[in-house]
Amino acid sequence: MLLSVNNLAVSFGGVQALSLSHFSLQPQELRVIIGPNGAGKSTFLDIICGRTKPDTGEVYFNDRAIMGMTEVSIARLGIGRKFQQPSVFPGLTVYDNLLLAAKMKKDILSSLFFKPSQLLKARIHEVAEKIGLTKVLSSIAGALSHGQKQWLEIGIVVLQDPKLLLIDEPAAGMSDEETYKTGELLLELSNNHGIIVIEHDMKFVQQIARERVTVLERGKLLVEGSFNDIRNDQRVIDCYLGRNNTQLENL
Amino acid sequence: MEKKIYYLLFIAFFALLLPAGHLMGWVSINTISLWGRYFCFAIAALGIDLIWGYTGILSMCQAFFFCLGSYGIAMHMLLKTSGSALPEFMVWNKVESLPFFWVPFQSFGLTLVLCLVIPSLLAFVIGYVLFRSRIKGVYMAIITQALALAMWLLFLRNETGLGGTNGLTDFKTLLGLPLSNTYVKLGLYLMSLLLLCVAYFACYQITHSKFGKVLQAIRDSESRVSFTAYKVMDYKLAVFVVAALLAAIGGMLYAPQTGIITPGRMDVKASVEMVMWVALGGRGKLKGAVAGALLVNFLYSICTSLFPDSWLYILGFLFVITVLFFDKGFVGLMDNLTKRKEPCY
Repeated sequence: MLLSVNNLAVSFGGVQALSLSHFSLQPQELRVIIGPNGAGKSTFLDIICGRTKPDTGEVYFNDRAIMGMTEVSIARLGIGRKFQQPSVFPGLTVYDNLLLAAKMKKDILSSLFFKPSQLLKARIHEVAEKIGLTKVLSSIAGALSHGQKQWLEIGIVVLQDPKLLLIDEPAAGMSDEETYKTGELLLELSNNHGIIVIEHDMKFVQQIARERVTVLERGKLLVEGSFNDIRNDQRVIDCYLGRNNTQLENL
Repeated sequence: MEKKIYYLLFIAFFALLLPAGHLMGWVSINTISLWGRYFCFAIAALGIDLIWGYTGILSMCQAFFFCLGSYGIAMHMLLKTSGSALPEFMVWNKVESLPFFWVPFQSFGLTLVLCLVIPSLLAFVIGYVLFRSRIKGVYMAIITQALALAMWLLFLRNETGLGGTNGLTDFKTLLGLPLSNTYVKLGLYLMSLLLLCVAYFACYQITHSKFGKVLQAIRDSESRVSFTAYKVMDYKLAVFVVAALLAAIGGMLYAPQTGIITPGRMDVKASVEMVMWVALGGRGKLKGAVAGALLVNFLYSICTSLFPDSWLYILGFLFVITVLFFDKGFVGLMDNLTKRKEPCY
């Protein structure tokens, strides 16, 4: 079991944002989490990567309890996070963005006297190829399009070589074609990494949900199952329909 | 290649032309000393550019670190001047024996070490407390400013044993060399220029290493840096200490060339002005910090002799148009102008 979570609960100002009794993920599994706005999806990822402290609960990563660790230690253990808003380093070149992310010693002295090895350069080019940014390696990241920034951030997370990738709405603001490419990229990544993806776009979910889909609603687990089960589940339809979500209706 | 020409022009002008002009009798020694002092400011400005321009931490107490260096070297010079007797201001203040913290400053070697160690250590402690509590942005600016104010008040007091409002002055020699001598002044000027070049080179290496890239990454997106497994606090602390160290080095060279150091050099306004040099010159560029410190101070000298009352208005006006129209500062403006002529590639 790559990740297992028990009785996780957190509330913000009296509102129960998340109350998850159980969740687990196999190595190399790609899991999609869906749910209406405010269902606690992003909060769940925030807790796993150490950004938010839960009120109660346990999180085990490779059978190691990671609650209470700092973001840096959790990242070092091998959990990478991609945020909803693309979070890259806009003042640096695309190449430098990827270089900083790559797995290596990250203390001050190592950084000061760092010389990139041929192996590392090759690895950066390989990832750049994968995320389709080879042509813009020397441009400033701030000048990229929204979709390219999303890919760059995925590249940053991949270069850390994490065992678990937490990916928050990778297709937000992308064109259909870009969304499709992103899906293919995630599927390819799932051959080597465990991945949790949060997504709203049902067409995209259909594309990448080869295994199980988890539905959250108001911080609680509503149902878990294959994409077809979920699509035909009356409870899921209700919780989306009540909110005028046309994306689900269209399918 | 084109870049190298600017460096060569800078060095040729200040290392050869200006001293040669003095030896020919065209440039007065006061002008030389004035530029020597500007170089000291430029060294401190490099530190501010590292911490503010590159890392995005607005530290408003750099003038305090600058003065720690100045005071250290001034204490040494004063002790050497007064010989076995107590410095004069102590006699007036009815201090009967040399305070314990003055004693190590009798040795030149120890003075050098202390002038570097004390500011770094203080910066380390202050930085550790601030960065550990994850204080950033405007709160960082306010706290460091309050610190600068507190230290200024402390240094103003006669009981602190550092000369109070009048500061330390009337030093005659450094390492046995008379400070009023023209060649000693010229030597100090060249020493300042040399150290400015060394500091620039060191900062250049820092900013072009991966360390420097992490600093810029912290400025752009601190949380992303954390989630990429860098300990942000270590990096911030390191750059805060380096900036304090650069300020102290500038301060050490400043005191002997000016002949006086008072708490006025470390009040809140002084720190704000230092930040403004970098803003006007162009933050996030080392050239900008140096150009800003030199130009603003040069302008200060001109303006205060031509129209003494309006300097603050001029500085304020410059600052406002910089913020409004060319936020990359003077150097950014020059870059834009030269870039337009070049063909795009």
